[in-house]
Amino acid sequence: MNFPAKTKRDFKVVGTRVARPDGVDKVTGRALYGADFSVPGMLVGRILRSPHAHARIRNIDASRAEALAGVKAVVTAADFGVPEDAALRDIQDNCMAREKALYHGHAVAAVAAKDAETAKAALKLIEVDYEVLPHVTDVDAAMAADAPVVQEGRADETVPEGSGPNVTMYTEFGHGDLEAGFAKADLVLERSFKTEATHQGYIEPHACLATLTGGRGELWCTTQGQYLVRELCAGILGMEASQLRVTASEIGGGFGGKTTVFIEPVALALSRKSGRPVKIVMTRSEIFCATGPTISSSMDVKIGITRDGRITAGEATLRYQGGAFPCETVSMGAQAAFAAYDLEAVRTYGWNALTNRPKEAAYRAPGAPVSIYAVESVVDELCQEFGLDPLEIRLRNAARDGTKASYGPTFDQIGLVATLEAAKAHPHYTAPLGENQGRGLSCGFWFNFGGNTCVSLNLNNDGTVGITEGNPDIGGSRASISMMAAEELGIPYDKVRTVITDTNSLGHNDVTDGSRVTFAVGLATIEAARAAIKVMCARVAKIWGIDEEAVVWEDGHAKPSGPNAGDFDPMSIEEIAAIASETGGPIAGHHEVNAEGAGVSFGVHLADVEVDPETGATKVVRYTVFQDAGKAVHPDYVEGQMQGGSVQGIGWALNEEYIYDEDGRLQNAGFLDYRIPVASDLPMIEPVILEIPNPGHPYGVRGVGETSIVPPLAALSNAVSRAAGIRLHELPMSPPKILKAMMSKG
Amino acid sequence: MVAVTLWGALRDQADGQEVVEVEASNFKELLDALEASHPGLKPQIERGVSVAIDGRVYRNSWFTEIRPDSEVVLMPYMKGG
Repeated sequence: MNFPAKTKRDFKVVGTRVARPDGVDKVTGRALYGADFSVPGMLVGRILRSPHAHARIRNIDASRAEALAGVKAVVTAADFGVPEDAALRDIQDNCMAREKALYHGHAVAAVAAKDAETAKAALKLIEVDYEVLPHVTDVDAAMAADAPVVQEGRADETVPEGSGPNVTMYTEFGHGDLEAGFAKADLVLERSFKTEATHQGYIEPHACLATLTGGRGELWCTTQGQYLVRELCAGILGMEASQLRVTASEIGGGFGGKTTVFIEPVALALSRKSGRPVKIVMTRSEIFCATGPTISSSMDVKIGITRDGRITAGEATLRYQGGAFPCETVSMGAQAAFAAYDLEAVRTYGWNALTNRPKEAAYRAPGAPVSIYAVESVVDELCQEFGLDPLEIRLRNAARDGTKASYGPTFDQIGLVATLEAAKAHPHYTAPLGENQGRGLSCGFWFNFGGNTCVSLNLNNDGTVGITEGNPDIGGSRASISMMAAEELGIPYDKVRTVITDTNSLGHNDVTDGSRVTFAVGLATIEAARAAIKVMCARVAKIWGIDEEAVVWEDGHAKPSGPNAGDFDPMSIEEIAAIASETGGPIAGHHEVNAEGAGVSFGVHLADVEVDPETGATKVVRYTVFQDAGKAVHPDYVEGQMQGGSVQGIGWALNEEYIYDEDGRLQNAGFLDYRIPVASDLPMIEPVILEIPNPGHPYGVRGVGETSIVPPLAALSNAVSRAAGIRLHELPMSPPKILKAMMSKG
Repeated sequence: MVAVTLWGALRDQADGQEVVEVEASNFKELLDALEASHPGLKPQIERGVSVAIDGRVYRNSWFTEIRPDSEVVLMPYMKGG
């Protein structure tokens, strides 16, 4: 079997804007999310959470709760073992506090009862004897030698002696001679920055329905990765993976925050103890207090530049906190900080410290938005100092093919220069600005990766195709996967249906994260289609009595490869499917791979803002995103990722923050007080897709889901500095902060 | 021999060297050789690393070929959202 050789593929399905398969179900309410599943005899689970930021748990007396009519089970940390693996132990301890409550909202006990009212009443009857301990929520304070100790002995071997007791890791990247680089500069700027933690802000709450009886479990939940949920829950509950089946519901947003477990092991433990199915749905307040926000940071950046705009050296020190458990996100931030630049001398240093905050969970491009915010802010300020065009300076110093990246490797095929050129040529860059308005620019970067993936493609008897894959669809992947299968098979898109399966139906699939699904599942789908085509060509070769090599597949048909192969009428996929039983049985293709070669992604954002001089409020008046997407399989979805990430970054820049009181209690655990941008706050965000093919994918696809959250932080800060004539060095740039800065300036 | 560039924080675990040379023809051999020649790197390798080979980042592909003239850079294990 041969594939027609094409140096440049002419796509028929890929690149079109077909209807999304889940759209009608979602807008009509038919789609089943985590909280939508119920079974007879189901109990309601509720979780008791610590009112203290840091407290030793001296005793938990649940006897009165257990005695309450309608209460079927109460669990605490005593109902779980202690995993040997440190990472798993941390995840379990985050689900249910053991010995100490480490942050406000940390789970300390859980109840399963016949209804919500009974469960709520039972929680009030659980008596927890706390010894309140000193706490710390600020990263700089947490790194101090005399800081309250969140957890003892969590530093790894990279932490230098003499570091504060909460420091858990140190990292460092870069190359070249910094001293010599700074000596060449006409101006060296050093600035310090702080950013607050933000939440992923998914609209759908965490929810699950668990049954665990007789050692066998069923779990329905909202997640970005049912296989990871199975692995973690089986580990925590001491089960074999084969005895726990996890089914992912439709998902109402994740953005990285649903790449771990919070309530699932608790619901399983309650079910195991009560012998009944248990459903837990988190409240929004619980989600803010006890699920993973991103890191908060404190950073120092130093950059040197010549008068004509050549950056001679860059240095950044990043201090991140990821809550009460060790967190390595700073290593991603430290690698990404200067990735957009071609520098002879660059160095980044990263530290992580424990605080009395919830355990960090991944959030789109984890670690990169804040470090790049700091670097891009200083680059912009340098441009302002010398009156240089910020876009020209990015172009002059841009990483390109052959650049030694600031984190080590040499870039292969990257699209940063192309995105900068596109921004330069776009009418937005030279459009006039109004009063109190300013324009900001920032580059962004993310690594992307592939990972473990299984796909099964089945040919139905009528010639239509069913695809089974194992990654929850958080960004339109079902459509994209169907499109790639249709493209490869040469059949219409509507002849293919893709479903997300449970953990028992395919081999392991990594989580839907890292912008990996369209890349990796797409790659596996294409290979599965090719495997099915190979079978179909072999069957037709037998029918025709010729060699398999003499049959080619084109446009949904098996055809003789040429005149010498024989004179046969092409056989369509429908014809081949109809006689599959007679020619050897069902026809399918499958592919299993640990996909590599995802290819990095760059983006450039242009933001126009207007700052109200009376209130300090910032309004985004125009916003354009330029991003290298590789081949855009479904441009609507690619644009949606570019717009969605931008909106989240805009919220991070302007309003979103975790606010703790002096007792370490979260003060804004709800969407009324934690202000995310809504449609009425924003202009239409214009996406400009650049298609620089990724050589690591058969169709040139790159991941697109994360890069777009990176540039908005600096783009908006740079825009505000030009609109209001002030430069803030902390996020969010909420109205009071801007107003205060404007008033200080006079 | 393959020249492997370590990230800064690992240099203390490798006698201060930025680049170490090991005998390896694929990803797995590389990690085994690094652990054997520089035991201080073992904790990080066990926690997880990625390896950039000629500019392309691999997370855990044991049999990915490494040529003697390949550019090899050890990196932290990638994670995403």
